[in-house]
Amino acid sequence: MSQQNNNLKEELIRISGVNPKKCMRCGKCSATCPAYEEMEYHPHEFVVMVENGNIEPLLNTESLYRCLTCFACVERCPRGVEPAKLVEAVRLVATRRQGANHMKADDVPAKLDEDLPQQAIVSAFRKYTK
Amino acid sequence: MKVSYFPGCTLKTKAVKLDEYARRCAEVLGVTLEEIENWQCCGGVFTTSKDEVATKLSSVRVLKAAQDKEQVLVTVCSACHNVVKQTNHQVQTDKEFADKVNRYMAAEGGYDGTTKVYHYLELLRDVVGFDKIKEKVVKPLNGEKIAVYYGCLLLRPGTVMKMDDPENPKIIEDLIRALGGEPVIYNKRNECCGGYVTMENPAFAEKKSQSITENAKSFGASRMITACPLCKYNLEKHEEELPVVYFTELLAEALGVKEDADESAE
Repeated sequence: MSQQNNNLKEELIRISGVNPKKCMRCGKCSATCPAYEEMEYHPHEFVVMVENGNIEPLLNTESLYRCLTCFACVERCPRGVEPAKLVEAVRLVATRRQGANHMKADDVPAKLDEDLPQQAIVSAFRKYTK
Repeated sequence: MKVSYFPGCTLKTKAVKLDEYARRCAEVLGVTLEEIENWQCCGGVFTTSKDEVATKLSSVRVLKAAQDKEQVLVTVCSACHNVVKQTNHQVQTDKEFADKVNRYMAAEGGYDGTTKVYHYLELLRDVVGFDKIKEKVVKPLNGEKIAVYYGCLLLRPGTVMKMDDPENPKIIEDLIRALGGEPVIYNKRNECCGGYVTMENPAFAEKKSQSITENAKSFGASRMITACPLCKYNLEKHEEELPVVYFTELLAEALGVKEDADESAE
């Protein structure tokens, strides 16, 4: 593992509080994920790839923005790995890079309709931008 | 009894009725919701990362405001509840996070994590009691088949939210029974509606939401209820047969205060 990948791995483990070594590869997190079909990399792959230091593909995947933070994988993991927290950490490392916001304020007006609750907008900003 | 109340952004705008019904019903049940002054938006979703501090301060300030008044803190919106409760839990369990929070909070006095947070449903169950609610019903639901939609935010993570069994909840079903309705138990009542992804991938949110409403209809539901404005938006956006309403609306109907609440919300 390169030094850069090792540093990234340690940062992800530190800010997520997740220990990927606890994973026993059962795949229940991905099986229960409501966004499974929309994802290139699935929750179990986030866990394995972070453990192996194969992190660059995760930083560049749209899967980061398909996770609904519904905590289904957190609730149902038999080993308490909490994959959603790892996905969140990767997403933050990605969006904290300069100019890497996934949603721009200028994009919002086109997305509005009469009924869209404010909650949707603030949540999307919290998840897609830094 | 008086409690501190955090309505949140959406209950002041698109979900005014969710708020109005909640206040009216609480009064009928002997509880006054005292809105916290100068509250700020919770941010809609909790950020699980340990190094996210500033984004959680609005929740900490709300918790501290309730602590200063020596009251429990009540929320109605599922999202606010999830964010405030998870933030409280992080203050209680992550010392490094609590230290950082209290450095931000030094000028206004610290916060130690002792505020009790109730969702409105927990207030009904644990403080008022469903038996007492049953006594106050003036227009029972006459066995109407109601599908309860929990979604994700009220229940998960179960170790933090502690409202009910996250895989087999019954709190809202018990409320429906107290109001004279018949809860419909269907498979997808605690699966995600698509949430904020509706902002950038509405087709995906539509697919998630439709599978939930179709599932509920197949079990004979005539109405669906939720506590979350975003769930309601997603669920009803493409749904023509099954009305989706707030749980407080059903409560207001049964307690006979819906029309008054509708008038003042207009």
